[in-house]
Amino acid sequence: MIELRNVHFGYGDQLVLRDVSFAIADGEAVVIMGPSGSGKSTILRLILGLDCPRQGEIMVDHNDVCRMPRGPLREIRKKIGMVFQDGALFDSLTVGENVGYYLIEHTKLKWDEIERRARMMLGFVGLDADEVIDKLPDQLSGGMQRRVAIGRALLSTDPKVMLYDEPTTGLDPDATRNVINLINKLHDERSVSSIVVTHQIADAFAVAGRFIVISFGEVVFDGSFEELRQCREPKVAEFLAPFRSSMEGVIQRKFVDGNAGE
Amino acid sequence: MPVIRLVNNWLKNFAYETQHLSFFSLRLIGAFFSRRWYVAETMEQMYLIGVGSLYLVVLTGIFAGQGFAFAFSMELADFGAKNYLGRIMSISIIRELGPVLTGLMFAARVAAGITAEVGAMKSAHQIDAMVAFGIDPVKKIAVPRMIALVVMLPTLTIICDAIALLGAWVIAVFVAHVTSTMYWSAVRERLIFGNIFIGLLKPIVFSFVIAFIACYKGFASEGGTKGVGRATTESVVMASINILIINFFITRVIFSWIKGYL
Repeated sequence: MIELRNVHFGYGDQLVLRDVSFAIADGEAVVIMGPSGSGKSTILRLILGLDCPRQGEIMVDHNDVCRMPRGPLREIRKKIGMVFQDGALFDSLTVGENVGYYLIEHTKLKWDEIERRARMMLGFVGLDADEVIDKLPDQLSGGMQRRVAIGRALLSTDPKVMLYDEPTTGLDPDATRNVINLINKLHDERSVSSIVVTHQIADAFAVAGRFIVISFGEVVFDGSFEELRQCREPKVAEFLAPFRSSMEGVIQRKFVDGNAGE
Repeated sequence: MPVIRLVNNWLKNFAYETQHLSFFSLRLIGAFFSRRWYVAETMEQMYLIGVGSLYLVVLTGIFAGQGFAFAFSMELADFGAKNYLGRIMSISIIRELGPVLTGLMFAARVAAGITAEVGAMKSAHQIDAMVAFGIDPVKKIAVPRMIALVVMLPTLTIICDAIALLGAWVIAVFVAHVTSTMYWSAVRERLIFGNIFIGLLKPIVFSFVIAFIACYKGFASEGGTKGVGRATTESVVMASINILIINFFITRVIFSWIKGYL
């Protein structure tokens, strides 16, 4: 359970988040949307305890991540996997070392065992382990890097919650579809909660049933796809205006699949 | 008043920078004494910093030694005191030239490298990824570099001293026509505890200064590639100026303490 209570956050004189509050239940898949610079990625950093708010509380499993000693905070972070924008893979390490990074740092497992697990994880995220395990991240495509980053987060901590920061930005349609399928697979097969930050509206509709729209640091919408479609709040309408046809496309697909009303 | 506003802003920035540098220094010292040691990373940094800087230090030493020997030999010849060239070179190289030139070379090459590397890692969210995996980036990145500097800067200073004295010997023998025996016995005469102590204390202090500044500037860099470039420039400038200022104070203070040993 993740809860943000009246969170205010800023850099210097600039206020990025204003009185942001919402809660995300275990197993839920949520998309946080909004224009660039609206404070979406900041919310993920706050949940992970990388930054702390000026006011308000960030609760993860009823613990305030900004008022915790380092040891317990590390335990909380073990429940959260983060896929950073552009993957944030360690560019001096091979793909295998990246995926097994947590095990290398925090366990005394031999490299053979770490490599075995890394290979399994690479297979899970849809990559050919033999082909990629000894490559450096720079030698992979953007989509492959994103999948390696997801694999690294999964092998690291066996998380209960996955945070994705713009997971499909800059990817071609094929790579985007692969990443979206992987996010859905994780959510469905492992009951991992997903919090996806994106401004790619079409992708947002493919990975979650609940949508939070942020505009200029404020939550202007929080609800289901159907509520979003019918929302007449000016800031939401303005943000969604270019994507109305995508939304109708989603409705059509759901209707054809017999999942209308989901 | 624009002047008052300017002074006010400068004071604010100075206080902000001092506060952050102090916090970072405490963090670095804390990390230095915490339990885990990254031995492999430290050895790798020793190689990169030490062996990588060797050619630079050798070139600096040989040409600086020759230049100074040439200038001094001309002056000493006017007083018929060319036989003192070895003494003067021994004192000036071991106490001043060797430590300062090696320190400045390290500030240019090593400080720039550390700041750029750490800044690029921060810009690519690799530092955040480390924190998310429960790793202290100061312990993992800054401490091995600091230890490597503390070991390698004094070592390379000794090499620089030896090479500079050798360069000066070439000028002494072939230009000033001082006998080789006379030159080396004059050099040995001034190789005493006080000079060696000052000559080794300085690079140890400089290595801490370079490590603090380079790592701090890297961790504090903001604003993408442009920010990393700015931080790197500031790092080199700050390290170089601090080396020159600290050099003066060490000479001034230590000189009066150990006067009896000189």
